[in-house]
Amino acid sequence: MHILAHHEAADGLAADKTLEIANDAELADLVAGGALDGIERVTLHFPKFTDGRAYTQAVLLRRRYHFRGDIRATGEVLIDQLVHMHRSGFTSAVLAEGVQAGAAQRQFDRYAAFYQGDVLEPRPLFAREALQQAVLEAA
Amino acid sequence: MYQYTEFDQQFVKLRAQQFRDQLERWERGEMTDDQLLPLRLQNGWYIQRYAPMARIAVPYGEISSLQLRTLGRIAREYDRPTPELLAHAQATQDALQAAQPGLKLKAPPLRYGYGHFTTRTNCQFNWIPLSKAADVMELLASVSMHGIQTSGNDIRNITCDAWEGVAEDGIVDCRPFAEITRQWSSLHPEFSYLPRKFKIAFNGAAEDRAAIGWYDIGLQARTNEAGEAGFTVLVGGGMGRTPIVGAVVREFIVWHQLLNYIEAIVRVYNSYGRRDNKWKARIKILVKSEGQGFIDAVEKEYRAIVDLDGAPHTITQAEFDRVASHFVVPELKAANLPSNVDAQGQLYQRWLKQNVRGHKLAGMKTVTLSFKRVGFNPGDADGDTLDALALLAEQFSAAEARLTHEQNLMLPWVFESDLPALYEAARKLGLAQPNIGLLTDMISCPGGDFCSLANARSLHIAAALTERYQDLDELFDLGPIDIHMSGCINSCGHHHSGHIGILGVDKDGKEWYQITLGGADGSSLSGPAIGGKVVGPSFSAAEVPDVIEALIDTFRELRQPGELFIDALRRIGHDPFKQAANGARHPKEAALAD
Repeated sequence: MHILAHHEAADGLAADKTLEIANDAELADLVAGGALDGIERVTLHFPKFTDGRAYTQAVLLRRRYHFRGDIRATGEVLIDQLVHMHRSGFTSAVLAEGVQAGAAQRQFDRYAAFYQGDVLEPRPLFAREALQQAVLEAA
Repeated sequence: MYQYTEFDQQFVKLRAQQFRDQLERWERGEMTDDQLLPLRLQNGWYIQRYAPMARIAVPYGEISSLQLRTLGRIAREYDRPTPELLAHAQATQDALQAAQPGLKLKAPPLRYGYGHFTTRTNCQFNWIPLSKAADVMELLASVSMHGIQTSGNDIRNITCDAWEGVAEDGIVDCRPFAEITRQWSSLHPEFSYLPRKFKIAFNGAAEDRAAIGWYDIGLQARTNEAGEAGFTVLVGGGMGRTPIVGAVVREFIVWHQLLNYIEAIVRVYNSYGRRDNKWKARIKILVKSEGQGFIDAVEKEYRAIVDLDGAPHTITQAEFDRVASHFVVPELKAANLPSNVDAQGQLYQRWLKQNVRGHKLAGMKTVTLSFKRVGFNPGDADGDTLDALALLAEQFSAAEARLTHEQNLMLPWVFESDLPALYEAARKLGLAQPNIGLLTDMISCPGGDFCSLANARSLHIAAALTERYQDLDELFDLGPIDIHMSGCINSCGHHHSGHIGILGVDKDGKEWYQITLGGADGSSLSGPAIGGKVVGPSFSAAEVPDVIEALIDTFRELRQPGELFIDALRRIGHDPFKQAANGARHPKEAALAD
């Protein structure tokens, strides 16, 4: 996951290749209307870090609508939400003003796996383990 | 009982490490109090009136002797205020007591060194300093315990009927499903910042003993015509400021689709639940405002999860079998301890009647130990008692116990032949009051003695009622009565579902109490879940015990032979009870209230 400090947010991506989706937008309607066509980055906003709507939007963009470009988190993006964002399909995040990235990496290193499936690994733990078991037994 | 795998064990250890890392960053100033707040809540740590409170999950109420001993150790070694803090807290409570019109006694002493069993089968500690929080979480992790999502706007600790797997009227043992759902919901990346808290309860028996109508999601186990296990799904129940009973959104979801269906419900809630007003943010408000539209949205989302996403969380037979294999009947051995109990004695017979229940296995019983006793807060167990409970469970119940949502502890695997010896042992511990289901088996939150959300105290009211109703002849004559008490509208004491509900409210810095009548939790005794109705303007702390007595006396006067309180109330209507309650106001305080 690409983590940017607050001042690094601006970059050269052309305006017609980016799309900002509001938290209350109807994704299905947007997608049906072709809003994702030619888009390289979708920006989803966290008005407060406790407002979790953008997690669902990211999950649906990836899993249901197969969006392959960058999904960027903006707004009140703090260290302890980054792993949730990554697992929900975000590929970049602009940290809120004043937040230092120093403690971020060890959050990603901590858990080797999680129980439930996510965007990175759709299968839950039990399905993954069952497959591993089958491979072991076959070998 | 479920035994943690290596993965499960590692997971709670890492969670404890993560919490330590968060606390250290906060201490270094890398995180503000506001930024730490949701993180510590997601680990079960509140900051209360005088000290932090730790809420430890006891998933679906099931707890082992080893875990009870660890809670005992935490009570003894960590649940300790400094003398200065305790003196300050007690002085503040004494001043609060002195400010209440008509209360003559000093405030009861604040206790420490104990765990408190809650209506949501958690165990709370009130005095552990935040500087010891990470140590406590690591200690808990060593015995497969945690505080994950016992607070915060996420999927909370999952509850069940306490009698799952041992009940005579069991349909489906819900414990494996509760455990599978616990794992699925733990650190869920999409659902950790919901609009508000989210509580799931399972009931696997004919009688609803889990109050599922009062839950965000209530799951009633049943089988379909093909004999497959599954659930009727209720959504949108909840107490708080707007009590609403859950609505059936699906008559039957087959067991292997359970997680996919819950995912659909929570996703619709996360997307559309209100976030502009804390008091309108629970899913019940969304269900109520959208009605059929909500159900349609959930069904559509569920179809999409199955048809478009490949239904990744379909529970496999192998996974169900793996988890269910932990919930088989344990190795059972009678204690065969000697006892001198007079088997025909009235006390023992009363205990058999109230505290002992039938079992799905012949020759076995379940025994509820009563944590409603004079001199103790409802649901409190000190360190030594927790140790003693661990031993009792080992001797008499395959080293397993269950927390009940009525704040008692139940032993699920007791040989009928062991009942006299168990009775004797429980009596020595002060846990054999034969009052389960009776008036003194009150539900109460910690209230304004500890909780910073509370508007009023609840424990001194509970203590006053407990002392007033100590005559067992009288209690048995009155029969089952549910008194539920909350210190504020958050309703941790489930006052809405009490036959008599007591709710603390705050007016001009003084403690007042609203009394409700006729609530039901959904049990056979109480009938379908419904919120109680307010009897009138609130009462002062000094008036409440007299008001309750007036209600009880009215019942005694008007009942038909053998009629229960709740039935009499429904037959007669609330009016004579209201009049009696209002007639019990103290003249001087009534004037003050104006």
